[in-house]
Amino acid sequence: MNWTLSVLVENKPGVLTRVTSLISRRGFNIESLAVGTTEDPTRSRITLVVDTDADSIEQITKQLHKLVDVYKITNLTEEDSIDRELVLFKVNAVPERRHEIIEVADVFRASIVDFGRTSLTIEATGTAEKMAALDDLLRSYGIKEIVRTGKISLSRGSHD
Amino acid sequence: MTTSKAQKAESRKGRSIAPSPKEGQVLSGAQQVIAALEAEGVTTLFGYPGGTVIDIYDALYDSEKLHHVLVRHEQGAAHAADGYARATGRPGVCLVTSGPGATNTVTGIATAYMDSVPMVILTGQVATAAIGTDAFQESDITGITLPITKHSYLVKDVHDLPRVIHEAFHIATTGRPGPVLVDLPSDISKAKCEFHYPVEEPNIPSYKPTYRGHSKQIKQAARYIAAARKPVIYAGGGIIASNAEDELLELAELMQIPVTTTLMAKGAFPYDNPLALGMPGMHGARYTNMALSESDLIIALGTRFSDRVIGRKGTFARNAKVIHADIDPAEIGKNRAVDVPIVGDVRGIIAGIVAELRRTEAKPKSLAWVDHVDEMRSQYPMRHPVSEAVIMPEVVIERLNALTADRDTIVTTEVGQHQMWAAQFLDTRRPRSFISSGGLGTMGFGFPAAIGAQAAYPDSLVVCLAGDGSFQMNSQEMATAKAAGLPVKVIIFDNQCLGMVRQWQQLFYHGRYSQTLFDDSIVNFVALGHAYGWHAAEVSDPAQLDEALKDLINSEGPALLNVQIAQSELVLPMVAPGSAIDESVAARNVAPTIMPEGKGE
Repeated sequence: MNWTLSVLVENKPGVLTRVTSLISRRGFNIESLAVGTTEDPTRSRITLVVDTDADSIEQITKQLHKLVDVYKITNLTEEDSIDRELVLFKVNAVPERRHEIIEVADVFRASIVDFGRTSLTIEATGTAEKMAALDDLLRSYGIKEIVRTGKISLSRGSHD
Repeated sequence: MTTSKAQKAESRKGRSIAPSPKEGQVLSGAQQVIAALEAEGVTTLFGYPGGTVIDIYDALYDSEKLHHVLVRHEQGAAHAADGYARATGRPGVCLVTSGPGATNTVTGIATAYMDSVPMVILTGQVATAAIGTDAFQESDITGITLPITKHSYLVKDVHDLPRVIHEAFHIATTGRPGPVLVDLPSDISKAKCEFHYPVEEPNIPSYKPTYRGHSKQIKQAARYIAAARKPVIYAGGGIIASNAEDELLELAELMQIPVTTTLMAKGAFPYDNPLALGMPGMHGARYTNMALSESDLIIALGTRFSDRVIGRKGTFARNAKVIHADIDPAEIGKNRAVDVPIVGDVRGIIAGIVAELRRTEAKPKSLAWVDHVDEMRSQYPMRHPVSEAVIMPEVVIERLNALTADRDTIVTTEVGQHQMWAAQFLDTRRPRSFISSGGLGTMGFGFPAAIGAQAAYPDSLVVCLAGDGSFQMNSQEMATAKAAGLPVKVIIFDNQCLGMVRQWQQLFYHGRYSQTLFDDSIVNFVALGHAYGWHAAEVSDPAQLDEALKDLINSEGPALLNVQIAQSELVLPMVAPGSAIDESVAARNVAPTIMPEGKGE
């Protein structure tokens, strides 16, 4: 299953490499990764998704804890958390189907960020499930390209 | 002779150091490196100069406190620093140049990392402006060593240097010890600033190892021990790292629990104590592995359930509950499910368990279990063949035991058959006097490690047991020992083959000795010894073995004895890789020559 880890680290060069190389050398694949600085500019938060079993995620968590630059790891899979992903879809759009596509985007509260002669680019934000549903609908029009940010997550306020 | 326990405990935590006499002076980065090493109490370092560390070597020229051992290959420097650390309990330090100098230390760093040895590796680097340009002798050594260091630093500002070196020593020696690498660009060595060296223990918010075991878990462990009928203590290198040998002995004797010690723990429990079971696992005695398999409680202390100990995953001590105490939380539950996990320094944990057992007046184990273990011991004793025609390797070790019984001796080994014979038959009388590459299994480790141990204890007898294969992996260090006046003794178990691989080929590959026989390229080790100005001799007649060993031990300077041993001799018993440890494929009562091809028993 997919596990979401939120890893609070020192914001300095090489730390991301330490985190990701540790996961890969223990034999696991990172499904999604997002990094950015936090409210404290000396720290960054890495949100990563790993597809593995419960024993392995425990081992990964413990090994990550051993990295000197890692402050804290939260397994958000088991916690009530807010998850978001941003996706850009470039969809085939001949003029006669544009309206249809824009309606679909509206339903998902996605916005049109670029108009081409034969394509539309849609920016959508939400949970992985919502993105998967939108992806599914847009496929029928023909998707030219997709890019996604990787999931970012925060535990809900009640957990502070 | 060895560092006192109080000193060693003190060096591990809550450490503050004396202010540097250079405090407040304007120093170059290179001078700061030397001042920092002096402030950390370093007295010996191992290294090899080169372009990017000339400034540091120049600063070293003025140091009166630092003794530098000049090796002949940087791998030798890393292993020597490692041997020094294992012998003393203090961090080993090595200094090498950038590029090939740094990459040559990689095997040494990996060896130390696998066996949790505290080391600080100082590498030169090209100037900061040249980093990333494929400059001459540039290598990304922090990147290369990422998976084999506990931590590493690339210093980019001379003002950071004191803090970085102070942190490096702190991280290397606290928690689960390990190697820390500090990469020093040449322009940082030249840059100058006022030198301020921290005296307090570094405060690294993201690095706080747990020392004190959880009191509830300790009580729970005591309850399990009190209730167990057939407990076995499985002690690892953590006993030695945390100086817990007295506590271990107290626990074992108080409760009358047999103790098996891993290769890394050899010397942590008196070999002649009636409760001592020796080494477990692949080449453990049959009675040791059977005791573990029959046990109802494994008390694992400072150990990691290595595959060489537990055999096939899921088969180890099938009926036992497990107490596992270790300073590294990641080891707990990694290779074996655990009933009572305890994270912390194993010395305090054992003391806590002993105190709890005393408080609850727990009764020692019934004699039935210990007697049963003793019965198995007499049923499957550790034996070896004796011959008047050819020297048996086990006999060499037994004679060494006898001839060094009255001397403080440190023995290092290379890797292979001789290492396992040593593990089985060598009497190791105290912790830190048996030094061997366990995790990585590095051929070429033992000889430079002996040089490191000898540098720490110039007056001790330091003996390296080597194979003819292993010794040739770092034999250039004979020059180091000679030049530095380090009187190490080397015993080569010369079977003119790569014995351990040959053994696997005999047992599991139908005797197809692919690339393991050295017959046609026999090295004249005596001449090699003489070439380096060593005392060197050879022996092949069992009747002359004692004289040859005495001659070796009593020689003044570095000395080598090449012992021609029986090529066909195997390390037995042996559990096949991937088998359970109670399924011994080859044992002494089954003559290997009559075993069906590729299979045992």
